[in-house]
Amino acid sequence: MQVNNAGALSKAAPVLEMRGICKRFAGIVALNEVALTVRAGEVMALLGENGAGKSTLVKTLTGIYQPDGGSILLDGRQVVFHGPQQAMRQGITAVHQETVMFDELTVAENIFVGRQPCTGKAGRIDWKRIEEEAEKLFARLEVAIPVRARVRDLSVAQRHFVEIARALSQDAKVVILDEPTASLSQREIMELYRIIGQLKEAGTAIIFISHKFDEIFTVADRYTVLRDGRFVADGAMADITEPQLVALMVGRAVHQAYPKANVAPGGPLLEVDGFCHPTEFDSVSFTLRKGEILGFYGLVGAGRSEVMQALFGLTPNVRGSVKIDGAPVRITCPDDAVKHGIAYVPEDRQHHGAHLSMPILHNMTLPVLDRLGFFLRRQRRRETTLARHFAQQLELKAHHLMQNVSELSGGNQQKVVLGKWLATNPRVIILDEPTKGIDIGSKAAVHRFISRLVEQGLSVILVSSELPEVLGLSDRVMVMHHGRMVREFSRHEATPESVVAAASGIAEAKEAA
Amino acid sequence: MMTNVLKQRETILALMVMALVLLVGLRAPVFVSPASLGNVLTDSTLLIMLALAQMLVIVTRGIDLSVASTLALCGMVAAMLAAAHPGLPLGVVMLAATVAGLLLGLVNGALIGYLDLPPIVVTLGTMSVYRGLVFVLSGGAWVNSHQMPAHFIAFPLDTLLGATHLVWMAALAVLACWYGTRHTRFGRDLFAIGNAPASARYVGIPIARRLFWTYGISGMVAGLAGYLWVARYAVAYTEIAYGFEFTVIAACVIGGISIAGGAGTVAGAVLGSLFLGVIGNALPVVKVSPFWQSALTGLVILAAVLINARGNQQGGRQILPLHQIQSGSHT
Repeated sequence: MQVNNAGALSKAAPVLEMRGICKRFAGIVALNEVALTVRAGEVMALLGENGAGKSTLVKTLTGIYQPDGGSILLDGRQVVFHGPQQAMRQGITAVHQETVMFDELTVAENIFVGRQPCTGKAGRIDWKRIEEEAEKLFARLEVAIPVRARVRDLSVAQRHFVEIARALSQDAKVVILDEPTASLSQREIMELYRIIGQLKEAGTAIIFISHKFDEIFTVADRYTVLRDGRFVADGAMADITEPQLVALMVGRAVHQAYPKANVAPGGPLLEVDGFCHPTEFDSVSFTLRKGEILGFYGLVGAGRSEVMQALFGLTPNVRGSVKIDGAPVRITCPDDAVKHGIAYVPEDRQHHGAHLSMPILHNMTLPVLDRLGFFLRRQRRRETTLARHFAQQLELKAHHLMQNVSELSGGNQQKVVLGKWLATNPRVIILDEPTKGIDIGSKAAVHRFISRLVEQGLSVILVSSELPEVLGLSDRVMVMHHGRMVREFSRHEATPESVVAAASGIAEAKEAA
Repeated sequence: MMTNVLKQRETILALMVMALVLLVGLRAPVFVSPASLGNVLTDSTLLIMLALAQMLVIVTRGIDLSVASTLALCGMVAAMLAAAHPGLPLGVVMLAATVAGLLLGLVNGALIGYLDLPPIVVTLGTMSVYRGLVFVLSGGAWVNSHQMPAHFIAFPLDTLLGATHLVWMAALAVLACWYGTRHTRFGRDLFAIGNAPASARYVGIPIARRLFWTYGISGMVAGLAGYLWVARYAVAYTEIAYGFEFTVIAACVIGGISIAGGAGTVAGAVLGSLFLGVIGNALPVVKVSPFWQSALTGLVILAAVLINARGNQQGGRQILPLHQIQSGSHT
């Protein structure tokens, strides 16, 4: 596509240039020859699907990760960052969703923490100057934040402004805004746009990461698209349209062979109606039929996992009704959910899914110990039989059943967690990002296994951020955006473009079906 | 306003201490006489000093369980030194105890700061090691008052301008701690570390070095307190201040210093210590069994933790779009 074609802006020399950046994690390639160029006073939109490598690239740029290859040039000079503070000192600041903030300290102190100006030989902190400078910064940004307030009392937007003020106070050359508008109101977003304008005028280069196309077209001058950890294209916003960008981001036909089971879904099994939570999601309703795989797609943080956790009884303050086989049920804790035949395989396998320091055998039989008669020696054989059965079904690769789960690969750990929940004989199994961070081989095994589950009559809710996986396996796809259900697609009407568009909150996307 | 909760908590605590004093005064008027109150204050001074040092540690998300053992070891060092060399100036003895404490504290600091070991495990270990060393050093023998020089014993309770030396030293500690936590980078960094360790690394705070010296200070104060304790009670033996580390931590918790790190004030540490000091002195006066003292302290701790927990309740993640600015603290 249009490479290095940014019109008048390209006259300025780039402030930041990343060339051929590579990054691998335990053999998995996260970034492969990625390039990114930003000029002074320019907003560069960094685009890509979930898992395209945007966050990894930002972390590489801010010194959290060290790249395995490639070079970073700042003002034409090659730089190497060994740690985040080094990047910060050199003028690269990121405003994240997980902000660098000290809740109990005041706003003014947060801006200057770690480099408070001092007076005299004794090094007495010059509080007066700190507060004055902070006030000046906010005056410049034209936002009203009391500098003596504690950060814990600020709203998300105000925290962003404090971070921007910190960036300004350090004369940042490059400011990275990582989904800065994710939880802001319309008014706060307008305020942010105004501040971005100010930063541009002051000659700051801005990298803007967002999934919202209306925003990107409003603030960005240029774009860079990543896909699967690779550089795809860059160019000027003026030369491209929304559908073209979506096509660049998705970029591939879903041609991988997904072993879709040939099961015709039966009648409704699980009906969720009007699920609400004060801050996380609102009026979520859906029906899961017998033998169906129901996909849930959305951007990271759209509220999918939160809905599933609520369904499994992990979240308090949830309103709405749940019916199983047409009969209303009350689920207030996971134990209730298990009794009603619901199993939940959480996203964070290491912390929520598996007990890493326990052997495979004990992990698998943990939810069903009461059925096994734990203390009786003779039951030990039943425990082993059960674990062996699921280990074989899942093609688990391990030396023996008493091996600690921590010694297994990510994929095999996931299989242990799956086996553990299958042992409860569920009717509905919720899989939250079941193939996240596991190798291709294990992925295929998990996919095959999901198909086999529905053949055996189970119903599956598949929450995944991997588009091909959702589209390849699901009978229907529900799309969430900002805690709300935005669209339902049947298998044949779901195209990558339409699903991504719905997940990005693009109203009434043109359907290319 | 939310911002004033911390300040409010200290006001409430101060009022509670006063109410407690008055309540006991109603039953036993002797208790509120100036001399008696002076005694209560003097009795609380060591706790105040140790609680201040402990506060610095707790603010960094750490804990120092070895303070009482450090105190005992340094107290024994001071007592044996003074007994063996009666002519030694008192300043040298105090310095010896203080430096010994500093070194013992720095051992904790090195293990926790530079080797990144969990504070509770490290200080649990050194707690036993230091207590054992008291026995090794003394051979299990006591140093009694007749073996100690007169000036050695007299110093803590001698008065200067109407207040005992103990009170003056505690006042100095309060001032130093207030200045340190409020006006030096060292002190502010401790709060930043306790608030968000990952972020602290981000902004370039030398975490290991800060922790190293924080535990050093804790040990140093315990060392000085070791001399004061031994001189005050005119006896040194292996079990001095046995279990006192928990009283110190209790004072901090009652004073609203968050065990989760990042929050705490000098006033809180002082008031928490005074509260325990008043209870300890008042209960015998109103003829309550000393066994109740421990139960009462426990109840106060639970109440304090309950109040802290209620103040810090957090909701879930904000995913639904907000439609108005949540103005947290526009004044």
